Amino acid sequence: MNDAAKTTIGTITVAEPVFSCRNVDVYYGDKHAIKNVNIDIGRKQVLAMIGPSGCGKSTFLRCLNRMNDTIVGARVEGSITLDGQDIHEKRQDVVQLRARVGMVFQKPNPFPKSIYENVAYGPRIHGLAANRGELDEIVNQSLRRAGLWEEVKDRLNQPGTSLSGGQQQRLCIARTIAVNPEVILMDEPCSALDPIATARIEDLIDELRESYAICIVTHSMQQAARVSQRTAYFHLGDLVEVGDTNLIFTNPRAKLTEDYITGRFG
Amino acid sequence: MSSTNRTAAETQVLVTRSLARRYRAERRFRFYGLSAVVAGLAFVVFLFGTIFAQGLSVFQQSYVEVEIFYDPEIIDPSGTRNPDDLVTADYQALVREALKARFPQVEGRRDLRELYGLVSSAASIELQQRITSDPMVIGTRETRWVLADDTVDMLIKGRVSRTAPEDERRLSDQQIGWIAALERDGTLELRFNRAFFSNGDSRDPEQAGVRGALIGSMLTLFITLLLSFPIGVGAAVYLEEFAPRNRLTDIIEVNINNLAAVPSIVFGLLGLAVFIGFFGLPRSAPLVGGFVLTLLTLPTIIIASRAALKAVPPSIREAALGMGASRLQMVAHHVLPLAVPGMLTGAIIGMARALGESAPLLMIGMVAFIVEVPQGVFDPATALPVQVFLWSDLPERGFIERTSGAIIVLLLFLLVMNATAVLLRNKFEKRW
Repeated sequence: MNDAAKTTIGTITVAEPVFSCRNVDVYYGDKHAIKNVNIDIGRKQVLAMIGPSGCGKSTFLRCLNRMNDTIVGARVEGSITLDGQDIHEKRQDVVQLRARVGMVFQKPNPFPKSIYENVAYGPRIHGLAANRGELDEIVNQSLRRAGLWEEVKDRLNQPGTSLSGGQQQRLCIARTIAVNPEVILMDEPCSALDPIATARIEDLIDELRESYAICIVTHSMQQAARVSQRTAYFHLGDLVEVGDTNLIFTNPRAKLTEDYITGRFG
Repeated sequence: MSSTNRTAAETQVLVTRSLARRYRAERRFRFYGLSAVVAGLAFVVFLFGTIFAQGLSVFQQSYVEVEIFYDPEIIDPSGTRNPDDLVTADYQALVREALKARFPQVEGRRDLRELYGLVSSAASIELQQRITSDPMVIGTRETRWVLADDTVDMLIKGRVSRTAPEDERRLSDQQIGWIAALERDGTLELRFNRAFFSNGDSRDPEQAGVRGALIGSMLTLFITLLLSFPIGVGAAVYLEEFAPRNRLTDIIEVNINNLAAVPSIVFGLLGLAVFIGFFGLPRSAPLVGGFVLTLLTLPTIIIASRAALKAVPPSIREAALGMGASRLQMVAHHVLPLAVPGMLTGAIIGMARALGESAPLLMIGMVAFIVEVPQGVFDPATALPVQVFLWSDLPERGFIERTSGAIIVLLLFLLVMNATAVLLRNKFEKRW
């Protein structure tokens, strides 16, 4: 089944990985979207996934919190372990998994509720706060860590959708870290934002790296180079090359990676 | 010259020529649209014009003022004040005596009968109620406005000509003379028609009211709303959010869409067979009417609710699931609040259709002649559209007016119902 798959170049393993993915294949109906991907995701570091459109990097990202479950006809094979436990196992609850692996989407998608309610939603459904005071504290902390507190502290009761695009995206990040996940997945979080808002998000990612493992899918190679410690290059469902960001960008070993990074296609 | 190497100027000439043609087509299309709208409006104005011209007069009714003497000889000849005797007394005789006192010159059985024919037999019911609630008034005098007969009412309202030959109208020249005399005294006039809003159906047009049908419609629609909205929304949520996509759900979906197009009388037959035939529920009951109309409105509500659920942006679902919400939490916390306005729209359409339905109600016996105003969902009742249908079939002139009057009440009911739903919808409407 994996005959079309190519061997990945570079170091796929890291010490004490949070995620460890082996022989992962994803099918959408008959389409083989991800072919035999092997990769580890390390703690307290940022893994950037780059590659041309349709290469499967978003699909792979969505395997990590099983968001592909919601797509009719999607099928994931192989083993993905989070802290040594297979996330596709029967006893792995998907709700619990998503509390441990948060996600920030391409388009800012705050709930049509107040700013406060947006951040409080996760702690509320997971029962993380015993009383209103604790909940206030979680909301306050999360907004601070997302660098949004100063901008919104006087209007917590206004709708989240009233914020600017960049603020909305930081609100979504605050919402995600409010449940204190282990890993944060980001699917092109800056593609709908202007350069200033993008810079703020990138700074934020750099700070969050100290507490969380972060996987970011990006179309911008500069962004990958700026925020990540490791980079994975996907091409037509294959994980072509993975390694230290510095190495990938200065000395790519695969021809495809080199072509993409130097802008010959993509 | 080949078409590929024209100069810019030549191209411009061609573009200008085609522009004129395009604008002509656009003007033509706009004209068609406008004429359709104008024609539609004209029909609506005509429809409402006739209904209101025919029906507005129903809100007033002719009453005759008479001085009633609560004669103990007539009401309670035995003098015992026994309530059973008081109920069965001949109260119409009190009205007859009062009329005789007003026109003492009238003599002879035939003439007296014509005189008595000026007032409605409804007067006796009113007097009976008066006496049974307060027997102390026996022996006293009181001036009361009593309902005039419908033939008098039609004459007063100008629906019947006073100058037509005597054999072409139901009132004799003599009666018209008395009517004129009463009008001169100011003891025969049009007053607000309480009877129309407080009575059930009747064979006498002047006594027939919409209350029975109105309450019947309200009870029926109450049952319908109570059942069809939760079941419809629940079914839509299940089918849209939880059910697996397979052959079975495809068949269900096709069937729901087909059910929306099934003639309503078929639902009536179904209700007759299942609710009355199998479960043995009472005939003519608003409960069964509500069940049948629920079946009728469910497809509409399900289809509209599913469309509303589909219209909720997927990003909201992803956000909720990504936060670790369960499927039910995602639906209840995020999807439903956004879909409620669309669902309410579906409910409005469904309920409006249910309100206007008469065919399925005919099948389950809500077409019976029912005088009593229903007190609950098990009492025999009829509904407004059925009442319209019943009255439109009757020959008396008074019922023509009442038919249009009932249509006006039906339209007002519809308007109030829809306004409420629209207000609710606007309250729930949220931007995202």
